[in-house]
Amino acid sequence: MTVNQNNTTITYLRPAKGLAALNLRDLWDYRELIYFLTWRDIKVRYKQTILGFAWVILQPLIHTLVFTFLFGNLLNVDSNGVPYPIFAFVAILPWNYFASSLSRSSTTLVGSANLISKVFFPRMVIPMSGVISGLVDFAVSLVVLVVMMFIYNITPTLNTLYLPLFLLLAMLTALGFGLWLSALNVRFRDINHLVPFLVEIWKYITPVIYGSTLIPEKYRFLMGFNPMTGVVEGFRWALLGNNMTDVSAPGPIFAISVVITLVVLISGVIFFRNTERTFADII
Amino acid sequence: MTDTVIHVKNLSKRYLIGASQDRQDTLRDVLVQAVKTPFQKKKQNDNRVLWALRDISFDVERGSVIGIVGRNGAGKSTLLKVLSRVTDPTSGFGEIRGRVGSLLEVGTGFHPELTGRENIFLNGAILGMKRAEIATKFDEIVEFSEVSKFIDTPVKRYSSGMYLRLAFAVAAHLEPEILVVDEVLAVGDAEFQRKCLGKMSDVADQGRTVLFVSHNMSAILRLTQETLVLEKGKVVKRAPTAEAVDYYLSSGFAESGERRWDQDEIPVNAAPFRPIALRIKNETNQIVNTVRSVEETTIEFEYVLDQPITGLRVGLYLMSTRGEFIFTSFDTDDPKDYEKHTVREAGHYFSRCTIPADFLNEGRFVLGVNASTYRIKRYFQDERAITFTVDPSGAPGMQWPEPRLGPIRPRLKWDIKLD
Repeated sequence: MTVNQNNTTITYLRPAKGLAALNLRDLWDYRELIYFLTWRDIKVRYKQTILGFAWVILQPLIHTLVFTFLFGNLLNVDSNGVPYPIFAFVAILPWNYFASSLSRSSTTLVGSANLISKVFFPRMVIPMSGVISGLVDFAVSLVVLVVMMFIYNITPTLNTLYLPLFLLLAMLTALGFGLWLSALNVRFRDINHLVPFLVEIWKYITPVIYGSTLIPEKYRFLMGFNPMTGVVEGFRWALLGNNMTDVSAPGPIFAISVVITLVVLISGVIFFRNTERTFADII
Repeated sequence: MTDTVIHVKNLSKRYLIGASQDRQDTLRDVLVQAVKTPFQKKKQNDNRVLWALRDISFDVERGSVIGIVGRNGAGKSTLLKVLSRVTDPTSGFGEIRGRVGSLLEVGTGFHPELTGRENIFLNGAILGMKRAEIATKFDEIVEFSEVSKFIDTPVKRYSSGMYLRLAFAVAAHLEPEILVVDEVLAVGDAEFQRKCLGKMSDVADQGRTVLFVSHNMSAILRLTQETLVLEKGKVVKRAPTAEAVDYYLSSGFAESGERRWDQDEIPVNAAPFRPIALRIKNETNQIVNTVRSVEETTIEFEYVLDQPITGLRVGLYLMSTRGEFIFTSFDTDDPKDYEKHTVREAGHYFSRCTIPADFLNEGRFVLGVNASTYRIKRYFQDERAITFTVDPSGAPGMQWPEPRLGPIRPRLKWDIKLD
């Protein structure tokens, strides 16, 4: 605990007992560290690669190509009247952002073991910067989306203004689960094996390659319990809304998604805060 | 009002050890455990508990430079970790006034792919500096590190010396009220070490507090006024540095009057020589740690030869606790003995020598052993095998209760003549 008194910082060293105060102010004090860690992440990610930043564009494009062939052409998945490639791409964008942010934030904490056992800083900055650094990749692939929409002659509507809201939901979802998984990972390295597997399964229960209209209307609300459904369907609504034959504005599904995300996020912060005090000892 | 910047009371830190088999490292173990014994609380087995710090209490005043010494595992690093908030104490309380900057290991957080310039900013931020602060000190840091030519090269291309200089430069320009330094001097060349020490005394001159951990006693002696000696997690001594270092150097070794060598302490290349024990005995043949200067003392070295050795000599070193040699002596120093023992057959031996009465001054001494053949091979050497104390009662000049300079205190013949 740190208290500011007459310009001197007084730090109290006490054993960790009971529930830790959330004390999110120290995250603000360390905002520059979040910035630098994010910046390092971005700077280093494509170092010593031939294609460099092109990877950011290639990944979703190749995904879209494969999905279009498999699900659009071979399996004829219903894309609600929109050309399948754009239908898939609009969902792949937030999904890829979420998937990479989640795996980064759940594993980087253990990757920074050296730092954690040597220097004090609020440990939460590490998963946070893992979620933020993915935004750059997202922004770049957004440019590709604009080009694709132009090719498929789709005009965006005012709904597009809601896009940041859905992106925020994806960020908070990744952070909430990332906090849980990264804190657990310090103790149980099983998480390293679990995360790729989890992301894969999660992708199939999220309407990325298909639309939620594939599910009977009666049970569709159940999909809301997966917050990424709210995100992905939100993206489709915001970007393609007018062109789709069957689409509704974010309704109950979205509300359920938001609630679930908030529950995971808040419990994640509490869990993280209460375990971070022992990180240096067990990492 | 005294200006205390660090106040620590009954600080303890417990670690659970013996880990790998017992600690529940995977989720499966925890789940299995929970299913098997759902209502049982985790048992605290004392064997697995290590108290890295036990009931440590001390205060540090603003502007003082305090050394911390202790053997490996004595708790020095744990203490610094607790003070710099890397880990929480298990019990106790501490209050620290001012920003703590730690130099626990230089280069922490350096990323090999980033350039020197980028790493300065990154590392500065990790150590708790603000971006503006780093920017104003940037030139100074680069100059101190002497790597200005390579500042835009990824640090993975740096030599280890350059890497280290840059890392230290960043940390040294951090301006905390309390600087915590752990073993940074163990690495780097002499010139760099000199520079680091200079920087550290600058920090102290500016009225900031420094806690300095090192195994380098001369650095401790030069830089600090006061020193804490840690042993098994406790502060066993706090004294002016010279006194504390003296205490530490002599207390680090065996406490009884006998030193035995375990199998794993004997290097493989000592064969066929096998040391067993070194003993200090008084006139009544008791093994003692404190001898009287007015009595004869017998030093007994027990060893086994598994094969005969030609030209072997077995001997002793006597040193002060500061490491100055007082004498060296071998069991075949006498040419007649050397002729007689040209070939030493395999067998179980005792080599004994007598340190005469009225020879050593009061204080602590270090005994070392050596078994070698002249210019051919050194079979075994342990320069700090055992320490012992000399009690001066009855020694010459005891009517004046003052310390006598010098390691020896011989009873010399004096003649006072009125001319």
